[in-house]
Order: sequence, then structure tokens, then C-alpha cells
Amino acid sequence: MSVLTIERKVLEKNDDVARINRGVFAANGLFVVNLVSSPGSGKTSVLEQTVGYFGSSLHVAVIEGDCHTDLDAQRIAKFNIPVVQIVTNGGCHLDAKLVNDALPAFDLSLADLLVIENVGNLVCPANYDLGEAMKVVIVSTTEGDDKPLKYPGMFHNSSVLIVNKMDLAPYVNSNPDVIKANALKINPALKIFETSCTTNQGIPEWCEWLRSQTKKYAV
Amino acid sequence: MHELSIAESIVDIVRQHVAPDRLCAVRSVGVKVGAYSGVVPDSLEFSYQAITSGTPLAQSMLALECIPFVVRCRQCSRESANADGIILCSACGSFDTIILSGRELQMKEIELEDMAPEHVHPEQP
Repeated sequence: MSVLTIERKVLEKNDDVARINRGVFAANGLFVVNLVSSPGSGKTSVLEQTVGYFGSSLHVAVIEGDCHTDLDAQRIAKFNIPVVQIVTNGGCHLDAKLVNDALPAFDLSLADLLVIENVGNLVCPANYDLGEAMKVVIVSTTEGDDKPLKYPGMFHNSSVLIVNKMDLAPYVNSNPDVIKANALKINPALKIFETSCTTNQGIPEWCEWLRSQTKKYAV
Repeated sequence: MHELSIAESIVDIVRQHVAPDRLCAVRSVGVKVGAYSGVVPDSLEFSYQAITSGTPLAQSMLALECIPFVVRCRQCSRESANADGIILCSACGSFDTIILSGRELQMKEIELEDMAPEHVHPEQP
């Protein structure tokens, strides 16, 4: 037997393309967030609230990732902003190449903020760098307060936590303070927002924070 | 099931390092998988078998080395292993820790059966 020693990251090909994406984003002065969560936690609803809040005061572009259908892109297109739907045909996450393929559909120089809404999945998207500035993880009060402990990888790799569906917390026996404490056990550096897309709670704070970040990345 | 695309990445890397006519000599592909890498070893092995079946790599197998999740506390300097990926120091309870291992997803080695004698250049005396 002969042995070839190979010290290479398995996902280095993805990481190479992510580096290219990051260069494109930087050249365009674009702040890019990778929005991740379980299915049904409200990623698209938070995005609708966000885009609606900014109106014409910030130029937002959106990449939607889903296993099937362009339903999410249709929801975002109603706001008359650039949006591309990536359909993974069952694939459980977006990778850097899929995002790279979608970029020519945009005039990135016109955008301040690109939101990539990943496939609803708290496991796989944690492993794939898309070239984003940061991951934003959403967990909703209806999912169970222990979610961060069960899916630590995603909370570890994210910079921001949005606790969504705050208005439902009393009805589903959720304690948002426990969700936050559990998330901070995984990642003490998480920036946290509490939102409700029904009452608009926390949306202005989240959006103004986003706006402040876009200024840091603008060229 | 992102293990399938990870298995495809592993096969790509093997093909970059082994000549096409030597792929059938590959016996095992060593990969380090951290306990906190988000990869399920059984699923990865299953995916690898599924995508190499009927190819020159069909006789090869994945040799996964599972790496435990270990943090070192910056307060008390002690190390603790925590399967949950929680960065809490189990000795003093501090969250001020650094991750030492457990996030790996890394190629290690490829083991090949030696060439048949007729393919080997005779050694110089």
C-alpha cells in the first residue's frame, strides 16, 4: 500500500468561489447578509418588513433560495426591487457557486444591501460560506426555546440573532429570555433583535442597524 | 443531506490527486470529521458509497477520523470536551473559551494498492 498525504479542506472549492463573491461584493461597496433559519421561522416575512421599512431610502437586492417554487421571489418582487430565485431542486442549502451564478442578474453597483435568503434548514447552510459579510439567524418563539442548543453550529457561525414571532410567545409557552440565554451559551458575541412581523416590534431597530452596517461597507 | 455534496467534493479532490488509471487502486480515503462540523459520519459514508458505485472508485471506502469537540478556557486554562458544541468551560463555567478542535472537515490521506509488478519500473541496482 502507498499513502498520499493530503491536507486540504473538503469544502475548499466552495470557499474559493465564496472568496470570489466576497471580492465582487467589496468592489461594489455592498453589504451582504446570509439569512438562515428553520423553515417557517419567518425569514421571508422579516425580509418583507425590512424592504417595506426602507422603501426607497436604501437600495436592497434579494436572492431567494428554496428547494422548489419561486413563491418567495414573487412576494419580494411586489416591492419592485431586484430579486432572483434560486431553486435547488431538493438541495438543502445554497452554495457559493449557486450565488455566483445568480449575480449577473443584478446591477450590484446600484445596491446598498444584498440579502441572501437561504434554504430553510438549521444544519447544512452553516457549513457553506457564500461570501457574505455575516450570517443572520432567525429563530421564532414557536420553535422551542432549546433550538440554539440543538443546532449550535448555525448559532456559532452567525453574527446576529433575530428572535421572531415575539407576539406569539405568551401563547406558545415560550420564554424569549431562555432562547437568548441558550444562544449566548453557543455564541456570546451574538447581536440580538426581538421582532414581530405582525406588530412591527423590533423592525425599526433591526433595519436601522442594517442601514448603519451598509455605511461601513459602502465604497 | 448536504453529506451528498460533501461526498462529491471528496471525490473531486481524489480525482485531482490520483491519475484516472489509478483510481481503481484507491482502497481508502481518510477524512477528518469534527464532532461539531455539522456532518453525520454514517450519512457521509452512505453518500460516498452511493456516488462511487459503478465508478473506478467503487472498491474504495471512506476512513473517517472523528475529532472530538474540545474547548480551552481562557480563565482557568483547563480543557473540556463537550459533545453538544457548547463552548462552556465544564470546570469553571466560563464562556470565555477558544475552540481547540471539533470543527474539522478535512482531507487527510488516500491509500492506494501498489501497482502490479509489470507496471513498476525495475529498481536500479
